[in-house]
Amino acid sequence: MTDTILEVKDLSLRVGDETLLDNVSFTIKKGEVFSLVGESGSGKSLTSLAIMRLLPDVIKVSSGDVTLYGKSLFSITETSMQRVRGKSIAMIFQEPLSALNPVMTVGKQVAEALQTHLKLEGKAQYTKVIELMEEVGLKDSVQRYHWYPHQLSGGQKQRIMIAMALACEPELLVADEPTTALDVTVQARVLQLLNELRQTRGLSILFITHDMGVVAEIADRIAVMKEGKIIEQANKEHFFTAPEHPYTKKLLADALPQHTPLDQTEMHQALLEVNNLKVYYPIKTGFFKRTTGHVKAVDGVSLTIRKGETLALVGESGSGKSTIGKAVLRLEDSQSGEMIFDGINLLPLTEKQLKPLRRHIQVIFQDPYSALNPRMTIGNIIREGIISLSTEKQTTAQQDKQIAELLEKVELKAEFAERYPHEFSGGQRQRIGIARALAVKPKLIICDEPTSALDVSVRAKVLRLLRHLQKEEGLSYLFITHDLSIIPTIAHQVAVMKEGKIVEQGSLNKVVLNPQHAYTQQLLNSAPKMTRDYIKSIQI
Amino acid sequence: MKMSFLWTDMMIWLLVVALIFWARMIMRSPQTRQQWRRIYESPLAMACSLILLTYLSVALLDSIHFRLALPTQADSKQVNYDINMKSPLDLLFAHNIDHSERTYSAPFARNEFVSSIIVNEQGITEKAYLPLKHVATYLGINEGSGLDIFIKSIIAIIMGLMIGLIFVTLHMLWLKRGTQDSFGHYLQTVKQGKTQLPWRWAYATFLFILVMSVWLYYLNLSYHVLGTDKVGGDVLYNTLKSIRTGVLIGVLTTVATLPISIILGISAGYIGGWVDDVIQYIYTTLSSIPSVLLIAASILVVQVTIDNNPQWFETATERSDLRLFFLIIILSITSWTGLCRLLRAETFKLSQVEFVTAARAFGVGKFTILRRHILPNLMHIILISVVLDFSFLVLSEAVLSYVGVGVDPSMHSWGNMINQARLEMAREPMVWWSLLSAFLFMFVLVLAANLFSDRIQVVLDPRNEA
Repeated sequence: MTDTILEVKDLSLRVGDETLLDNVSFTIKKGEVFSLVGESGSGKSLTSLAIMRLLPDVIKVSSGDVTLYGKSLFSITETSMQRVRGKSIAMIFQEPLSALNPVMTVGKQVAEALQTHLKLEGKAQYTKVIELMEEVGLKDSVQRYHWYPHQLSGGQKQRIMIAMALACEPELLVADEPTTALDVTVQARVLQLLNELRQTRGLSILFITHDMGVVAEIADRIAVMKEGKIIEQANKEHFFTAPEHPYTKKLLADALPQHTPLDQTEMHQALLEVNNLKVYYPIKTGFFKRTTGHVKAVDGVSLTIRKGETLALVGESGSGKSTIGKAVLRLEDSQSGEMIFDGINLLPLTEKQLKPLRRHIQVIFQDPYSALNPRMTIGNIIREGIISLSTEKQTTAQQDKQIAELLEKVELKAEFAERYPHEFSGGQRQRIGIARALAVKPKLIICDEPTSALDVSVRAKVLRLLRHLQKEEGLSYLFITHDLSIIPTIAHQVAVMKEGKIVEQGSLNKVVLNPQHAYTQQLLNSAPKMTRDYIKSIQI
Repeated sequence: MKMSFLWTDMMIWLLVVALIFWARMIMRSPQTRQQWRRIYESPLAMACSLILLTYLSVALLDSIHFRLALPTQADSKQVNYDINMKSPLDLLFAHNIDHSERTYSAPFARNEFVSSIIVNEQGITEKAYLPLKHVATYLGINEGSGLDIFIKSIIAIIMGLMIGLIFVTLHMLWLKRGTQDSFGHYLQTVKQGKTQLPWRWAYATFLFILVMSVWLYYLNLSYHVLGTDKVGGDVLYNTLKSIRTGVLIGVLTTVATLPISIILGISAGYIGGWVDDVIQYIYTTLSSIPSVLLIAASILVVQVTIDNNPQWFETATERSDLRLFFLIIILSITSWTGLCRLLRAETFKLSQVEFVTAARAFGVGKFTILRRHILPNLMHIILISVVLDFSFLVLSEAVLSYVGVGVDPSMHSWGNMINQARLEMAREPMVWWSLLSAFLFMFVLVLAANLFSDRIQVVLDPRNEA
């Protein structure tokens, strides 16, 4: 297994005067999984697009070459390149939803790839499609041939994408963050599938990801990218045991949040008690929009958050965890149940009665880009809460002082108040979001996946900030997440959700180290090995 | 002299005042100021907005109306006023109004386009192309007009350039105030296009427009540059008068639709529920009625009312103005649905976005959320569709007048000109200049508006930011 399939030599890309990629070189051998890791904006995806010759027109290749079996891909015509794409090199994307045509059955889409490159027709084509769909582990492929993308789940769609990529038996598969949008259990299965394919077909894979856990699962060789350069390249064993470059070390250290045990809080009294909460969405059909049934988003959930503590709510997408967050904020109407906050049941309150209590419960969002109004300055974004919930009248100067203090509290500069959101990075925006929530001195903050859109190093910093603030201000968090690796760092209590119900809850110790429910066990076992080892190693 | 206040005059001036206030308001926000700067960084946008501004100033010049006092009779003390209203534009073109010919004549022609039967000095009846009464009367009958036109053109171009350069110099001096730059050096930077805004292109467009206007005006003093129409009226004057009608219908209708579509669109998208249902039903119903039918029916009602109440109006201009006013209102009733639909969808999308959720978690009131978070993020859609609707409405005025349900037939408008051209085109030889002038002036206006809206779209649409 020494024959080289793809070689990237001194590849540099630039747009205008700005260098995007700087002398990137690597080779991929037959049957090897080569992984490019790095944070967002490091140039991983650009490299893959350059290999496929799919770069946007503004980006120019300033030097270097890409060769496939020794033949340069940059010197051939576009028509020959089209034959290379799909036939020799295939690609799968992060978002299976947008990569599939929504108005074509999935079988037809796989068949299309076969038709274009292998000129297979009729019966032979159909048999081949069914074969491929079975190979990527889709059950009932005869029926599923006629399904449309929206009828499939995220994982199934990613399998269809892989089937399409494999249709023409490529030598190299370029996988750009193929599991990032998937839940852990699905991610584990897709990774397993890729591994199998590599073994049975001798497929080489260029695997692009930011997730060190995934890298440890699948890669043979790893290259770390930073600001358009490859700064370290090594075999897997070497890479994880003896990283050389300081940046690699930092990346590995941040991959799993540093665990410093949380201070054991003595049993404080409950801040929020949710009893048998039900949130149903009506299904309306027909001309008169009659309610014919309900989607049970949250179905009889009870949980307790104590003062100064964090409850982590874990579950896969669609399990109803975000709905609980919205229901607690009273932004979603609940069907029935009780929600006792500081001795007051919030559910029967009118909007007017609720207003004085609103300041006690605040929220931080997942996507730092949509969480801030792009047309308002940072100062005004924070001021909005101060004005709307303040008890006493304040002058603008007093507010400005408070805004400056808040910005400093979240480790930003006070001058930022005059600027607009688009001038900030994701991590900085997330801090601004936290400052906005803190502006009204809340007791409880709902954190809805606050770190899942952030790079690992930024994630570590934000988590540290959240813990620091908890200690300082005595805050309680309802921490909604799907990322198991951060739970030990932040949570005192853990609740696991599935299909609108809580299947298991208790202290971190009890749930994570000694899970009782089958689903919790499955969830923990699906996490990459690195995360599993890490969780096991924690002494609480 | 007595000022007359027509409905549409008041509306357009009110709008100008509102625009000035709005401009002052948005200039206070550094972000919006930055955006407008970016819009004008494109030479094309700069040129287009100068053209639009020229049209607007002609329309405004034609939107001040007054009646001149007639010479008083010796025996009466009462002052009588002219039955024909005048505007500053009419005063500028007074010679064209007074010097109307008998019938058609081609551009720059010195004889009529159609032959007349005359009895000549020998008493023989014959067909002849009579000379025009007011064209280049200082030239001999057999003298060619080519040289005269050439000399006059040169004079006009030099005059235009001179006036233009004075303005350009003044503007450059104003721009460089407060800097240490010498004028020569600054001129160099402008010439090389190194200024932040493309002033070089602005000056070029300005000079071109100015030279063109001076040329047209100066030559029109002795010729009919664009010919004359059926009753001998100057076509250039007709076209210029039509600018007011076109611009007014475009601008006022769009502005009148704005409140309807913004209020209904936002409420439908944000409040949802039965409010959304009702608004949706209204606009689907409205947009499924053919708008020409609706406009025809309403205009008929208006026209009958006007005809039955002659005592309401002192002059014919007031009558046709009222019809224009109602046409604007009717057009705005039929054309708000498109923008409303867009805004409803966008509001619905925005109301789910997390910064709105955050504001709701703060307990911020519904109206504040709409004003502070939703409306500013809809501004780009509104602006783009305003400019696009404008050009659409200018065109639809022409169509409606052609069908006969547009503005009053006595009013100058491109639609009426095109309507008349229908018969002119059927003549042999063809009378083409009316149609051409109407088409050219309309085309330039609509093209400029469309190009400008393209630029607005590029700059303001958040999806283009990267």
